[in-house]
Amino acid sequence: MIRRNTIPFGPQHPVLPEPIQLHLVMENEKIIQALPAVGYVHRGLEKIAEKKDFIQDVYLAERICGICSFMHSQNYCQGIEELMKVQIPDRAKYLRVIWAETHRIHSHLLILGLLADAFGFENLFMRLWKVREQILNIMEKTTGARVILGVCAIGGVKRDITPELGEYVLRELDSVEKQLPELMDSLLKDYSVKQRLVGVGVLPKDKAHELGAVGPVARASGLRMDLRETGYAAYGDLDFKMVVGEAGDCYDRTMVRVKELYTSLDLIRTALKRMPQGPISVAVKGSPPADEVLARIEQPRGELNFYIRGNGTRNLERFRVRTPTFANLPALLHQLTGCELADVPVIAICIDPCISCTER
Amino acid sequence: MVNLINSIFRKLTSPSECLRYPFVKRELPEGTRGRIDIEIDKCIFCGACEKRCPANALKVTRDPKSWTLNPYSCIICGYCIEVCPKKCIIAHKEHYSPNV
Repeated sequence: MIRRNTIPFGPQHPVLPEPIQLHLVMENEKIIQALPAVGYVHRGLEKIAEKKDFIQDVYLAERICGICSFMHSQNYCQGIEELMKVQIPDRAKYLRVIWAETHRIHSHLLILGLLADAFGFENLFMRLWKVREQILNIMEKTTGARVILGVCAIGGVKRDITPELGEYVLRELDSVEKQLPELMDSLLKDYSVKQRLVGVGVLPKDKAHELGAVGPVARASGLRMDLRETGYAAYGDLDFKMVVGEAGDCYDRTMVRVKELYTSLDLIRTALKRMPQGPISVAVKGSPPADEVLARIEQPRGELNFYIRGNGTRNLERFRVRTPTFANLPALLHQLTGCELADVPVIAICIDPCISCTER
Repeated sequence: MVNLINSIFRKLTSPSECLRYPFVKRELPEGTRGRIDIEIDKCIFCGACEKRCPANALKVTRDPKSWTLNPYSCIICGYCIEVCPKKCIIAHKEHYSPNV
């Protein structure tokens, strides 16, 4: 009889950017069962949201995540605008798309860098993050901050992108696009990298659907699900094309993210070109009515849901957050079962875990 | 392999990507949201900023007239700047130094 051992993976582990513990039940080098333990970075954010003014909650929602912060505030604002029946100007919708897509690019470059670091390719990690720096510069120059942009507001946005800034953004995007092919070849065509990614952590299409996977994890398994296709904000006018994989392994998940970088670059360019002139925000008066709304948005990691219920006062009755990493955890546990211990870092990184979002 | 050699030689001959901090400091772009400050002569101590601050970092009293910001709580969101009726709260480009 083979003896079973339980290995705790995390909460502090070199490959994990944020704390999560995985109890790995092992038979020799093979994982028989993986059990997650979360709760290391719980902040009670949903309760704080009920105690604060609904406008102050924009800043709170933005701080749910330190990577895709703009999308949290965008989703919150979209939810409140739907609840209060506010029509925002078209220019604001385009500006939101531009900043959301820059966030997607920087988030994907970040996780691709961490993936390279997870399989020991430190040079690639550094170079991917160097490119990411240019994206952060775009955000800093257009909004005044590098990640927590603070430009989304209920009724529109707070800052505009002038034609000169637009030219600068386009120049930087061209420079980023010029540097990407060499890095992506190293990531997708290198023999040793392929050995670590191809056929590792396979999630079949039916299983991805059954387990409720979202975002690049679901798309890499062949599921066609991307909320940007629904055309929220200005996506309906931007010829968005979804990226879908086939095999559902770590290689396909990486490939989906790489292709999405190019999609996002195109979306920003198109948005800058088609952005109409006009105001960037409308004044919002009153409080959210006693009604409820489910706001949805496509984050870099997948579908983000906010359930917002107002009660006619300045405070919200309930604010509930469902983040994509939470939805992807069952898929992660499925992928880990049956894999080798050495593949755990790569599989865990490939779902792009964001634990502070998950635990809120 | 050819790519790798190309990349190595290119990097050997090109300047460093990093700045020689603290001798060379990064130039912050116009409009950077940094340290919050007040032009106290213009302030009417109405308390609008204190009421709206999402992080409860501000304390305003009328008697004695005082405006205090706790830099450790401030999240530099800029909401106080927006709501100030006298527009006397300003954001500097540079950030709080570690010894605030």
